[in-house]
Amino acid sequence: MAEVSVKNLGVSFGHLKVLRDLNLDVTAGEFIVLLGPSGCGKSTLLNAIAGLLDITSGQIWIDGKNVTWEEPKDRGIGMVFQSYALYPRMTAEGNLTFGLRVARVPKDEIARRVERTAELLQIKPLLGRRPSELSGGQRQRVAIGRALVRDVDVFLFDEPLSNLDAKLRTELRVELKKLHNRLASTMIYVTHDQIEALTLADRIAVMHGGVIQQLATPKEIYRRPINRFVAGFVGSPSMNFVEGTLRLAEGAPAIELPSGKRIGLGGYEFSARPEDGRPAVLGVRPEQMEMKPGDGGSALPIEVHLIDPMGADSLLWGNVGTDTISVRIGPDDTFEAGTAVEAWFQPVNASLFDAKSGERL
Amino acid sequence: MSAHDTAIDTRAGARAGIEPEGRKPRRISPGRIGIYAFLIMAAVFFLVPLYVMIVTSLKTMPEIRLGLLFNLPKEPTIQPWIDAMVNACTGLDCHGLSPGFWNSVKITVPSVIVSIICASLNGYALTYWPYKGANLLFALLVFGAFVPYQVVIYPLIIGLSWAGLFATLPGIIIIHTIFGMPLLTLLYRNFYASLPVELFKAARVDGAGFWRIFFMIMMPMSVPITIVAVILQVTGIWNDFLFGVVFAGRENWPMTVQLNNIVNSTTGVREYNINMAATILTAAVPLIVYFVSGRWFVRGIAAGAVKG
Repeated sequence: MAEVSVKNLGVSFGHLKVLRDLNLDVTAGEFIVLLGPSGCGKSTLLNAIAGLLDITSGQIWIDGKNVTWEEPKDRGIGMVFQSYALYPRMTAEGNLTFGLRVARVPKDEIARRVERTAELLQIKPLLGRRPSELSGGQRQRVAIGRALVRDVDVFLFDEPLSNLDAKLRTELRVELKKLHNRLASTMIYVTHDQIEALTLADRIAVMHGGVIQQLATPKEIYRRPINRFVAGFVGSPSMNFVEGTLRLAEGAPAIELPSGKRIGLGGYEFSARPEDGRPAVLGVRPEQMEMKPGDGGSALPIEVHLIDPMGADSLLWGNVGTDTISVRIGPDDTFEAGTAVEAWFQPVNASLFDAKSGERL
Repeated sequence: MSAHDTAIDTRAGARAGIEPEGRKPRRISPGRIGIYAFLIMAAVFFLVPLYVMIVTSLKTMPEIRLGLLFNLPKEPTIQPWIDAMVNACTGLDCHGLSPGFWNSVKITVPSVIVSIICASLNGYALTYWPYKGANLLFALLVFGAFVPYQVVIYPLIIGLSWAGLFATLPGIIIIHTIFGMPLLTLLYRNFYASLPVELFKAARVDGAGFWRIFFMIMMPMSVPITIVAVILQVTGIWNDFLFGVVFAGRENWPMTVQLNNIVNSTTGVREYNINMAATILTAAVPLIVYFVSGRWFVRGIAAGAVKG
């Protein structure tokens, strides 16, 4: 087990600053997911931890050792790539043992480790095959095996499941989770798939623009997103945003829509006491709304556009003023397009953001 | 009408699921005829001279003097071919093309090997180990592909004679290596750039360094592009005349130079049959290379990404 610590990391490609002053502490045995859209710097961060690119400033510590200037092989890491990156001219076994042969590990030790890894990943019958003779899922298993066989404490995954089809992805995801539980090694996992992030992670680091926006447990990220970006990025369909003005003067706090209608916010936990009349954005997830009044809830007036049946449930799409909104409804609920309805939610579950900075209020 | 249509539809649907719609495309269209006509004309254009060469090389001199260029030989003989190989004279030296053949082999084989090793290393380093100024160097190299040979011949003569390599076998090998560098480096660099960079990263995590990654990961993957490079270099160097005549030195003159000397001898009668045989012999090596490896050539050029 080893902890990983990234201190004030900066990475630039020419004039382009991809990462700036980034800090990340991963405790030993933790499963951290770096989540973000393309180009947010998550893969760059992973490559920097692996030692595969030159960093501009800052330090990287692994297992209490400053490895900033160490070669990748000396950092005690194993890495799995999106395109599998298996050596095409070697058999699966050759792929597994390449690093060990380079490091001049004794033959019987190599055999022992291959045996153990192949057992763990159930790839024994595949060991004699070339990568071209393996299916996508099998290739990724071998690639994971190549990282495992190195007997290291830190594993880096760079979107390992993105090239697989949906069914296989789910299967391997579950296996990865089991693997983590079994090995208890530190894992850093890059993905743009929020389902992977939410299911696998002990903590998620949501990245955007080369900065970690929020580092928290999946639950916390989902329930209390720290800003509008995180709120919109995590969750599918994404969180609904309704713009308005904060009203705190008379009685219970409320948000006033441009139409003049006030939505009560009684029970919402403000992080800081904001001032009255501030432009704000109310965020409510589609699954946090109901089409009938609950106790103590508030209602959003919605003009219905259409219903999307999704199998297990349906999505109601509509408008609040000029903002588009979706509500998760029962699969058999019917609403006429063009009618006005009310969607009820508990303010305590909702999020409130500053309209300008996007920060949580 | 509608009942009839439906009946047909059901039958068709039951039989094959989807049936082709509309008129069946004709096999022979005017465009196709045009293409074939052009191709046949082009083939004839190139094959007629070859035909004349082959029949002439199999004729005796008296028969050639009749001037019937397209007639098949009445008394076919392979004596001109033997003469071309071992007896034809250039000046006082009457050993035919065979010394030139072996000279060409001695020049081509090392030049091809050395230039391909250098170029693949170049391409590998430029792709995966970019150092300061790598892009500039690459741009200069590519620019080098457009420099006319004649411009640099004189400086190269001076340079090589200063190094004591002018008119020697190593000299001509160095020249061919240098002139192969731009195109081959471009070829290899683009090939390596088309491979997934993650392969290189994986090898680095596995602890392999510059040479080990090159020899154990990249070289085995470079087979298709190396075949292309070998074909380009073998034909290019074998067909070379200019560098051979300038840099190889009299005793190392390649086959092409010797062919020229045989064909252009001004003493005695012009032995057309021997000249034709000598020309075909000289062209045979690149021809064989193309025939044997043509499909590999196409495959190598088409081999962009290596999947799996």
